[in-house]
Amino acid sequence: MSIEVNTRKVDWVKKETVKELLKRMKYSFPLVVVKINDEIIPRSKFSEVYIPNNSKVSVIHMISGG
Amino acid sequence: MNKEKTNKIKKKLKKSSVGIAGLGGLGSNAAVALARAGIGRLVLVDFDKIEDSNITRQYYFLDQIGKLKTNALQDNIKKINPSVVIDAYCEKLIKGSMETRFKDVDVVIEALDSAETKVAFIEEILTKLPDKPIVAASGVSGYGHSDRISTKNLGKLFLCYDENAKSCDIDVLVAPRVGLMANWEANLALEIILGEDR
Repeated sequence: MSIEVNTRKVDWVKKETVKELLKRMKYSFPLVVVKINDEIIPRSKFSEVYIPNNSKVSVIHMISGG
Repeated sequence: MNKEKTNKIKKKLKKSSVGIAGLGGLGSNAAVALARAGIGRLVLVDFDKIEDSNITRQYYFLDQIGKLKTNALQDNIKKINPSVVIDAYCEKLIKGSMETRFKDVDVVIEALDSAETKVAFIEEILTKLPDKPIVAASGVSGYGHSDRISTKNLGKLFLCYDENAKSCDIDVLVAPRVGLMANWEANLALEIILGEDR
């Protein structure tokens, strides 16, 4: 019962949303693109979408500068 | 040079278009690289004027300070490759309609400044134009550490990425690294248009 978050193996928590996972991982930066397996999760769905067991989660944060 | 390959690429690029959101360090340099490569059409969007502090890394000249970036970049590109068709829009991207100018381009390049705007733009393109490839960049500030940059591919999003770079609010923006990222973005756009170079 585990998931992979940015190549780090962490416990899978039943009925945990993307928003809750970001909080648990202490990803405090507000600006992220989240992908679960191959699907990009829109920000508006962060508090609705549950993290499935065995999934691979990528959290990408955007940094200012251009 | 491989003549056959050169001609094949030339033909394909001539028929292709790239849209660039933001004409600062990333956008101006990416646009020039694509113009030199022979892109057929560029859609350029920016609302800003050139300031003297921009000259350290953006593709503008001292005598262009005060001009609109859309106009100045058009002038500069015309001096390099006059055959590029340029659709320039001097306007601010407004949340809710950010995708408007990019509906008919082959690839979109995100070349914006603040992290908030980057995320908003990427999300709007990904959700409203789901078949459109978008190239974005994150982590341009600082110098050195070229090897930390990598491409992250998330579906239609191709991200030129250095997660260890600092925000430009607390770091510096200098030509070599900004140019590296800008050309990385342009190079990704070419790869998307032409397919993998084998």
